[in-house]
Amino acid sequence: MDAILWSRIQFAMTAAYHWLFVPLTLGLALVMAVMETLYLVKKDEFWKKTAQFWMKLFAVNFAVGIATGLILEFEFGTNWSNYSWFVGDMFGAPLAIEGILAFFMEATFFAVMFFGWNKVSPKFHLASTWLTGIGATISAYWILVANGWMQNPVGTTFNPDTVRSEMASAAAFWEVVTNPVAVSKFFHSVTSGWVTGGIFVVGVSAWYLLKGRQKKFAVKSMIVGGIVGLVGSAAVMLSGDSSGIHAAEFQPMKLAAAEGLQDGGRGAAFTIVPGVKVPKMLSILATHDANGYVPGINDILKGYTDNNGNVVPSVAEKMERGRKALDALEVYRMVGDQDDELAAQVRAILDENVQYMGYGHLAKPEDVVPPVGIVFWAFRFMIGIGMLVALVLLLSLIFGWKDKLEGKKWLLWAAVICIPLVYIGGQCGWIVAEVGRQPWTIQGLLPVNVAISNLSAGAVRTTFFVFLAVFALFLIIEIRIMLGAIKKGPDTVEPVKE
Amino acid sequence: MGKIANAASSVWRFYRDSFREMTWGRPLVWLILLKLFILFAVLRVFFFKPAFAGMTEQQKSEAVGERLIQHADTHVDTLDLLKP
Repeated sequence: MDAILWSRIQFAMTAAYHWLFVPLTLGLALVMAVMETLYLVKKDEFWKKTAQFWMKLFAVNFAVGIATGLILEFEFGTNWSNYSWFVGDMFGAPLAIEGILAFFMEATFFAVMFFGWNKVSPKFHLASTWLTGIGATISAYWILVANGWMQNPVGTTFNPDTVRSEMASAAAFWEVVTNPVAVSKFFHSVTSGWVTGGIFVVGVSAWYLLKGRQKKFAVKSMIVGGIVGLVGSAAVMLSGDSSGIHAAEFQPMKLAAAEGLQDGGRGAAFTIVPGVKVPKMLSILATHDANGYVPGINDILKGYTDNNGNVVPSVAEKMERGRKALDALEVYRMVGDQDDELAAQVRAILDENVQYMGYGHLAKPEDVVPPVGIVFWAFRFMIGIGMLVALVLLLSLIFGWKDKLEGKKWLLWAAVICIPLVYIGGQCGWIVAEVGRQPWTIQGLLPVNVAISNLSAGAVRTTFFVFLAVFALFLIIEIRIMLGAIKKGPDTVEPVKE
Repeated sequence: MGKIANAASSVWRFYRDSFREMTWGRPLVWLILLKLFILFAVLRVFFFKPAFAGMTEQQKSEAVGERLIQHADTHVDTLDLLKP
């Protein structure tokens, strides 16, 4: 394996590891904020103890998850230095805002939430609990603004003097911040966190019921967790719908790969699994029109006309224009200040073709096709797990509401099993998003083989295994502390019965 | 100035007393400190030196520009490029 593949695997592992902690932080923050609100509204000590227990698990997750995102930033500088330079302020600005927000909001309000139970007023404590969750959610937004720009690079222009993508104005910054891909990714990711938090609470509570412990605590927690998780599931479906529309518009190859669609057309069918199709469903999902046109992999390679009547060039033509842009960049840099007229002429050629600049690095048109099998199956696992989890949440809520959970061992076990499944589903979602956009680090502008630093495969391999060891160690520690806290149980008035 | 000093003092006492009174959270704090040490004192120092460390902005721009051009079709004929 070469340095590119090792660097990609290392980055994927780090991002996947980071995403083990983020969704639970987002989801549990909401669950405990709701529970603490119930405590203040109902003046019932039970809800305080219940909120405190989930806060304890939140703290364990937070402690192990904290700063795991920083490692990604180390990798940007070491493994992806060309990319880091190329993206310039576009990436730096959102990440700086995220860092400052995360530091101030989380350091302040998390500390008050964690330490302040008997030191600040109940209302101030409740506000801190909500603001801890809101702070984490805002942090997620800025990260996804940066990620969304990589998927759909709006609001920036390539400056050949600095070799960077730059935001020229406040309007450009606004365009980046309101990038539709970032907005739908944000809602999809955050609400999937609510599902994770919801099913985590439901699953852990189900375990108590299976053990015959903490019945009131478990049932009440399952109801709150079920509601949060179900609201999250509904929002995931809605935001997933807009993600599909955006993929069709901005990253049609990703959509084609996710569907394994070689040849597209109007009234395209959705493949549930190979051989089982729902007629016209893909067109509905991708265009909100049963007869909308959805291009397949071959259509994208050959060029096609989209639903708005725009002619999308073939990949070969994009490659030709990309090479023209790179040639113009080369001449522009050679000429420098020596010939202003020539510099202006080649600059015009560069600007005219810059949107395809990344294609100039491709060796053959087929290089734009991502690994179809991985994206196709990851997409199906994500949806399948999401639907299963939503069903378990719904049933848990119904039976919990009726106080008929205790006889439903199959449901309780299903809820427990859904905890690891929801993590697998979340990781599959990111595999669709990130493997599905290969070969690009920045869609159409910078492929991975140019984004990478000049590194040896051996050096990256070494750091990969060092990371693997460190990550595994911390994950084992977290799981042990988490399981210990769960086994000990909440500090409620109910007797412990094994 | 007095109000600011009082507020700062209250915040300091809040954190100091809270850490002192901590029970089950204490291992978590050690875990965070251990992790930050590994991240910044080991991984960052020995394994993750930025590829462009020590370079000026101009040198970075040159390096990335060169890399972009390397991957292009290298036989650039300016006159061909300027043909309509």
